[in-house]
Amino acid sequence: MRNFGFLGGGLIGLANGLFGGGGGMIAVPVLRAQGRDARHAHAAAIAVMLPASALSAAVYALRGYLSLSLLLPVLLGAVAGGLLGARLLFLSSSKGAALLFSAVMLAAGVRMVLP
Amino acid sequence: MSFLILFLAGIAGGVFGGMGMGGGTVLIPLLTLGCGIAQKEAQAINLAAFLPMSAAALAVHARDGLLEKRGLLSLALPALAVSGLCSLGASFLPAAALRRAFGLFLIVLSVFQIHIFSEKRHRGRVFGKKFL
Repeated sequence: MRNFGFLGGGLIGLANGLFGGGGGMIAVPVLRAQGRDARHAHAAAIAVMLPASALSAAVYALRGYLSLSLLLPVLLGAVAGGLLGARLLFLSSSKGAALLFSAVMLAAGVRMVLP
Repeated sequence: MSFLILFLAGIAGGVFGGMGMGGGTVLIPLLTLGCGIAQKEAQAINLAAFLPMSAAALAVHARDGLLEKRGLLSLALPALAVSGLCSLGASFLPAAALRRAFGLFLIVLSVFQIHIFSEKRHRGRVFGKKFL
């Protein structure tokens, strides 16, 4: 299980560093596979993602890719949206929300693969 | 790019992030496809935009006793090291390649999600806990 942890951690870091996000989508299933229930896996995923994201954000910033004037409005929105999302948690277990989310992700993915 | 549009994109990403459904996978396409922000800039914004919210959520989860530390470091440390190295590497890669790789990543994730969902059916699971 220890090796699995290192491998899983590597995959999470790969997605987070290379793509600048999405590590949590790997972290939660990995943590579930380690025997955590959904709530504990969700909490642990944030604990794994937070330092990794902070470091990667700092690396992007040092390389000159972090625009503070663009970041500020997005960050304020993310805080407001996060508060709202936490109150909409019940929707995350609904079939419709999960399928809609996957469909939108699929469409965005296809669009981004195309030149 | 107007403040309001960026703010709305942040809200959309934040809602999904707060629901534990992956805010970054929503926010990055919104910033690139929707707002016309370059790939690497969007990735940097995404990483930084969720830091305050994540810190607050983590504090609440820890207070509620949901943060089990056993085995966490063996996941968090490689994630930290690889994430740092990969973001450094990504900053040197061409943006078009990153964008396509991210698109592929989204496709894989969505197929994976649909697969998991069709497997477990609807069990009324709540990912996380209402924390505010």
